[in-house]
Amino acid sequence: MSTFLGMPTTAPRGVGHLRGDESFPDAARKALGNEQLRRNLAHATTTIRGKSGAVIAELPDWQELRSAGSALKAATMARLPELLERLEENVTAAGGVVHWAADATEANRIVTGLVEATGHRRVIKVKSMATQEIGLNEALEAAGIAPVETDLAELIVQLGHDKPSHILVPAIHRNRTEIRDIFLREMPGVDPALTDDPATLAAAARRYLRETFLSTKVAVSGANFAVAETGTLAVLESEGNGRMCLTLPDTLITVMGIEKVVPTWRDLEVFLQLLPRASTGERMNPYTSMWTGVTPGDGPQEFHLVLLDNGRTAVLADEVGRQALHCIRCSACLNVCPVYERTGGHAYGSVYPGPIGAVLSPQLTGVADNASLPYASSLCGACFDACPVKIDIPSILVHLRNEAPHPRTERIAMAAAAYTMDHPALYARAQHAAKLSRHARRLPRPLNGWTASRDLPQPPPETFRDWWAGR
Amino acid sequence: MSSKDLILGRIRAALGDTAAPDVPRTYRRAGTQCADVERLVDRLVDYKAVVHRGSDVAGIVASLEPGRLVVPPGLDPAWLPPGMATVEDEHDADAVLTAATVAIAETGTIVLDGSPDQGRRVISLLPDLHICVVRPDQVVAAVPDAIARLDPRRPLTWISGPSATSDIELNRVEGVHGPRRLHVILTER
Ligand code: SF4
Repeated sequence: MSTFLGMPTTAPRGVGHLRGDESFPDAARKALGNEQLRRNLAHATTTIRGKSGAVIAELPDWQELRSAGSALKAATMARLPELLERLEENVTAAGGVVHWAADATEANRIVTGLVEATGHRRVIKVKSMATQEIGLNEALEAAGIAPVETDLAELIVQLGHDKPSHILVPAIHRNRTEIRDIFLREMPGVDPALTDDPATLAAAARRYLRETFLSTKVAVSGANFAVAETGTLAVLESEGNGRMCLTLPDTLITVMGIEKVVPTWRDLEVFLQLLPRASTGERMNPYTSMWTGVTPGDGPQEFHLVLLDNGRTAVLADEVGRQALHCIRCSACLNVCPVYERTGGHAYGSVYPGPIGAVLSPQLTGVADNASLPYASSLCGACFDACPVKIDIPSILVHLRNEAPHPRTERIAMAAAAYTMDHPALYARAQHAAKLSRHARRLPRPLNGWTASRDLPQPPPETFRDWWAGR
Repeated sequence: MSSKDLILGRIRAALGDTAAPDVPRTYRRAGTQCADVERLVDRLVDYKAVVHRGSDVAGIVASLEPGRLVVPPGLDPAWLPPGMATVEDEHDADAVLTAATVAIAETGTIVLDGSPDQGRRVISLLPDLHICVVRPDQVVAAVPDAIARLDPRRPLTWISGPSATSDIELNRVEGVHGPRRLHVILTER
């Protein structure tokens, strides 16, 4: 390690999925030409915004809950060392084993070692951003261990040899027909007459994974919350694959970012109201599992908790940026973001897309490694309004832009492009002009700076304006 | 230096002398609202659970024709239809009959805590039909009331409707890995 003792450190290169292969504008230009993607995203995000708005409106104290959630997270960060030690004490007292991982490489080594020690060669996984972030699946595969994703959307991504594009619904960029085609192509033993009815697709996943659940002895999970006061871990999910993973195997390994700890059991009363309503737009998600260490005669008899830094302390060191660690991964900011809705999640390169990704990824890696992400926003403020823990994403973006080592002209152009995506009239004019000037290969102002040195993306046949009108 | 000391050292260096803010708890706290059974019914039904009301639990269970039934060891024997055999192994069961610990009206949620009348977590997970009996005194108004009643040291399963997914076009579809049918029997006492 190239740092001296105790200095907050960014996530290492060469492991995990926090850095894309190309800059945001380059990736976004390609995505903007993909009409199917935009239609799928528009449909899904419109649905979720409607559902979420309706269940949030049912709570007279939503704003009070947001304020409590926000303050709780800030208070947690201020007391993080003490709370993590408390968590370790209580998990250990309840029969669990706590491991500390300074970065992705160490976390992967710990988990791989734990699985190898069981002698088993396959693990079932319940969707976890932390394990995606560190590239755990690749590390396991390199050690000859097969990770099986059990979350429906993760399964769609895994079977489709695809990448996740949303933190809650990693296959949000796929519509039902595409999902059916992936299942028909990749799912062993699937009924060749499979239709694209969502219930039928869900049933196919149920049949496919059942035997795997029953015969796999090791599971890997993430965690939504960990209570320092009691040592209790919580996983919120929908399908029951989480319950399967947390209940059936002999060994459970949970990988959790250090920022997920909450001080007291009572604090969950705030987050369990905020998360489902902001996230899937439900009053409560179908299943939440909570466990404290090991329960004799019930569930896994061996429990390991891996506490992960991987750049989080570097985020914490930035007084403006540290609120990004308050994120409870609800994905509301993605669902309201006009830029995300046009470009999709892959354009952000990191496993954390959308507004939260634009502020979290560059801080975890150091701004130099994700220099264009702070510009992947129009600063319209919709993310701030939607965030259940009131993270002021626009302010962090502005703060990070000042740190991003980009040529001034490009910075302005990228910001203008993002701004334009959020303003129908401007975007219509820009696209119209672009259509007229297909051969000119230059966008009109204010986008001209962006395209001055680049090829203009082929304008899609359906313009943003058409899309906006037909929504 | 251990990774633990390294990480804790990094956190302390990052924080400097950051002060913890006070947490405003002006939201609706535990004990500030009355539990509303009608609301519970409404919310359960909205998320595709089937609700039965009445105190003849055994009669309702029989009417559901549960097939091979598994039950937790401490279940009230009066809830079992006379003569109905149960299976020992949840892997062989079509249905499971349990009690509950708490039910939350505002969210339509039932919480199991692994008590003898609710059993190990796996028995309410593998069968396709879960029949859950809730007494009126177990119904609370909202999430804070449930948190106040629950013991976090027990394994807890919060259930809101049958297994579902929102992973296909963000629409809720019932029936993935957990029980595809959830029936709740609300007793009168
Ligand atoms: S930043 Fe806020 S809105 Fe976005 S995912 Fe995190 S908690 Fe949700």
